[in-house]
Amino acid sequence: MEDKSKRYDRQIRIWGEHGQTQLENTQVCLLNCGPTGNETLKNLVLGGIASFTAVDAATVEPADLGTNFMLDADNLGQTKAKCVCGHLKELNESVNGSFVDEKPETLIESNPSFFTSFTLIIATQMGEASLLKLDELCRQSNIPLIIARSYGLMGYLRVCSDELCVVETKPDNKVEDLRLGAPWPELEKYVMEFDMNSLDDKTYKHVPWAIILMQAARKWKDEHGGNLPSSYKERNELKAQIRSIRRSLDEENFDEALSNAHWIWALPTIGSEVRTVLESPKTEVHSSSSDFWVLAAALKNFYAATGDMPLEGSVPDMTSTTEFYLEIQRLYREKADADIAAVTVQLKETLNEIGRPSDAISPEDIKVFCKNARNLQVVWNTKFSEECEGSAAVGAELTRLMGLEDSSANAALYVLLRAADRFNATHGRFPGFFDSELDEDASRLKAVAMQILADQGVANVSVPDDLVAEMCRFGAAELHCVAAIMGGAAAQEAIKIITRQFVPLDSPLIFNAMSSNTTLIKI
Amino acid sequence: MKRVAPPGVERSRWRDLDRLLLRSGNLVGPGFEPGEEVKEILHDMLHVLVIGAGGLGCELLKDLALTGFKKIDVIDMDTIDVSNLNRQFLFRMKDVGKSKATVAAERVMQRVHGVSVTPHFCRIEDKPPEFYQAFHIIVLGLDSVEARSWINGVVCGFLEYEDDGSVKQETIKPMVDGGTEGFKGHSRVIIPSVTPCFQCTMWLFPPQTKFPLCTLAETPRSAAHCIEWAHLIQWGQVRGAEVFDADVPEHMKWIYEQAVARAELFNIPGVTLQHTQGVVKNIIPAIPSTNAIVAASCALETLKMATMCSTGMSNYMMYMGAAGIYTHTVAYEKDPECIVCSAGVPVAIEESTTLEELMQQLCAQFPEKLATPSVSFQGCNLYMRGIFEEETRPNLAKRIIDLMEGATSGVLIVNDKKLHGPLRIQLSINAAQAMQT
Repeated sequence: MEDKSKRYDRQIRIWGEHGQTQLENTQVCLLNCGPTGNETLKNLVLGGIASFTAVDAATVEPADLGTNFMLDADNLGQTKAKCVCGHLKELNESVNGSFVDEKPETLIESNPSFFTSFTLIIATQMGEASLLKLDELCRQSNIPLIIARSYGLMGYLRVCSDELCVVETKPDNKVEDLRLGAPWPELEKYVMEFDMNSLDDKTYKHVPWAIILMQAARKWKDEHGGNLPSSYKERNELKAQIRSIRRSLDEENFDEALSNAHWIWALPTIGSEVRTVLESPKTEVHSSSSDFWVLAAALKNFYAATGDMPLEGSVPDMTSTTEFYLEIQRLYREKADADIAAVTVQLKETLNEIGRPSDAISPEDIKVFCKNARNLQVVWNTKFSEECEGSAAVGAELTRLMGLEDSSANAALYVLLRAADRFNATHGRFPGFFDSELDEDASRLKAVAMQILADQGVANVSVPDDLVAEMCRFGAAELHCVAAIMGGAAAQEAIKIITRQFVPLDSPLIFNAMSSNTTLIKI
Repeated sequence: MKRVAPPGVERSRWRDLDRLLLRSGNLVGPGFEPGEEVKEILHDMLHVLVIGAGGLGCELLKDLALTGFKKIDVIDMDTIDVSNLNRQFLFRMKDVGKSKATVAAERVMQRVHGVSVTPHFCRIEDKPPEFYQAFHIIVLGLDSVEARSWINGVVCGFLEYEDDGSVKQETIKPMVDGGTEGFKGHSRVIIPSVTPCFQCTMWLFPPQTKFPLCTLAETPRSAAHCIEWAHLIQWGQVRGAEVFDADVPEHMKWIYEQAVARAELFNIPGVTLQHTQGVVKNIIPAIPSTNAIVAASCALETLKMATMCSTGMSNYMMYMGAAGIYTHTVAYEKDPECIVCSAGVPVAIEESTTLEELMQQLCAQFPEKLATPSVSFQGCNLYMRGIFEEETRPNLAKRIIDLMEGATSGVLIVNDKKLHGPLRIQLSINAAQAMQT
């Protein structure tokens, strides 16, 4: 056990023990054991999932040895799934691995219930027809599906799931929830009774900037009919007032106060993602609603009652004496606890109404939910069928992207990948399979791509001939490096879905390995 | 040990890569010629160096070997630790304590036949510039700014310029660099004198958090303050001359206990052993998937550089994977006055300036870079420290204009122990006075 926490130390620092536990309970199914699939699974096996099952019917051939690190020369002629399974298991002895020596396409047709025993399915290098069925199948059983594809110097990645509710979104640029312009009564009282003038010079230098700013804001409001400064001019006046009470120029707390003054008027907002959650019909909860939506319903009631979100409760470090800082920290923590208690009251009522025990959701889960209330997010990915079978949304998005300089090439690659799949369905081989037919294949591929654009209602745009020619040149090659990039990204999405932390993709992604950039196809 | 390919396999093994190397393309690098020749260059001629056999290094070795590079060297001073195993996939529990470079090289050769990986279990500074000179491309899998600056200095130091200021093409040694932190990472291509070097874009590296000592000593407010107090102040006061080593468990435990006591005294929550290790070792959280993405991007750019089989990255890609997936690829610009990679830093002096005065002026201008400089002009030593000091000392009192045989401009090469490569000074002598006199 101690080895385990050491082994996973660097990742536990990112997703915590609870994230690691989720990972250790995950059973992954991989479809197709080419480099894209293996690289995805490699990253998850290293991270410590419970088990994996590798599905592939192929036998190992020489070309695999130029792209696939989970195979070696001794494996030639053997079952690919079995060999890959063996090499993957070497990476982490606590992970169980098994293999199924069948074609994924066959399995989807013959044994759909096979898929229901997994927590996550990763489908690699598969064509439209099978993926359409698999997406339906996974949605019925509420199992997330990740689709990854490497094709020459491009790649495609997509998450399929009706909804992914994330509490711990862990945004990069967190807005501090300090309420400096509108403190609650206990904080207001502390700040107003805080007598800065009587302090000696050394202590004066250690008055936390939060207090300096709240006193300044209070004074301003008293002199301006209860309003905070609203114009650039007024804000500068308030800053000038702060400057005027400095005793010397080496007061770092005042420097910090001036550079943080905007927190007085830049009140933390309620973002569109949270609004979407609060306004969702899913907050009309019933006995089979998930914990997330029951908590969201309670949060909605709290918001309706107070007009604000629960306080996050943490305070950034600031120049201060230990005593002042700990006192402020205590005030923020107590208010956060009070808000959690108020949400808990709402929650118990909600649970009662839907006939669930009032302690059905643990205090820890309520606390985490409240602390992250402002950053909650639900990610919806449209059905794969909506992407494939032609819809106004897809057409509009392709029209938009093809009109933008920095995304037109990637939108064209997206269309060409789908065209290559249709080409394969028609001809039984991918474009550029034979050296001798490269030029003919290019005209055929372009015709299919134009047909796809027409089907999606995209008019007056074409796919560039250079890209058509490159797609044929690729000849459906699965290059190791592109596979490692797509596999890395697929594993990253898997981790986000499994740990329920950070924000998974909400739309298909195109990776362009020629120019090293990515584009989301927002449907 | 390098493994030999089974008969008949080698030809068909590179089927997928050959689509790019044997077929002509419309979106390729300058001068790309598909065919057997470019394959031969890739497989048999090019020699690449991977610096670092850690999270990125393991991935890089795998990626380069499966991209057709067959002569690879790898250098790393570290040994394998249990906490590496969550991402450094070439290592097993039984390898803990062994050299990363040695084990990584062995594993890649076992798996990918025909590739030869030569390990170097040492510090990068232990190797002379000639060692680095021998490789065609250097790929960096490093985790520190210091190491990047060091190799940057060495590689930019190889640059030689023609008299007209243009660079001698054969002296350019390209580098590919990757870095990760959590779900974020970057890859970039550095072609010294063409694209920015590390020094040109030093601002890309975030400043490290350092706490003021007075905060640690007098007004601690967080667990990190208590831990750094134990580490930076208390250790020295109590354990005296004993050198602190974060890898000695007893040392770490002592710091942790001191930090706990301090935190209790001030009523500060949150000191744990895990947090203590994170703060003291400045641990950067790391996961396998980000390393895989960044390393593969670097290896792909190495392939493009080696063969021109596709357009190259221009010249920096940022990868952000925490909220969806967002990438930003941007062509950063060189700093024309970069003191590491530019043709020279412009410095103006008076006609009367002596060599000694110039050296004082330079030390004042670059206090971070120069302390005990040596100076040469057109391959001739003007002032050298060490065994030539006595011989060149008389030059100190001479005027620069005389040492440069009357020329009013030229490039001086300055070396200093503090520098990782030479500093070029583009000197211009204000000759206005000369005309008056």
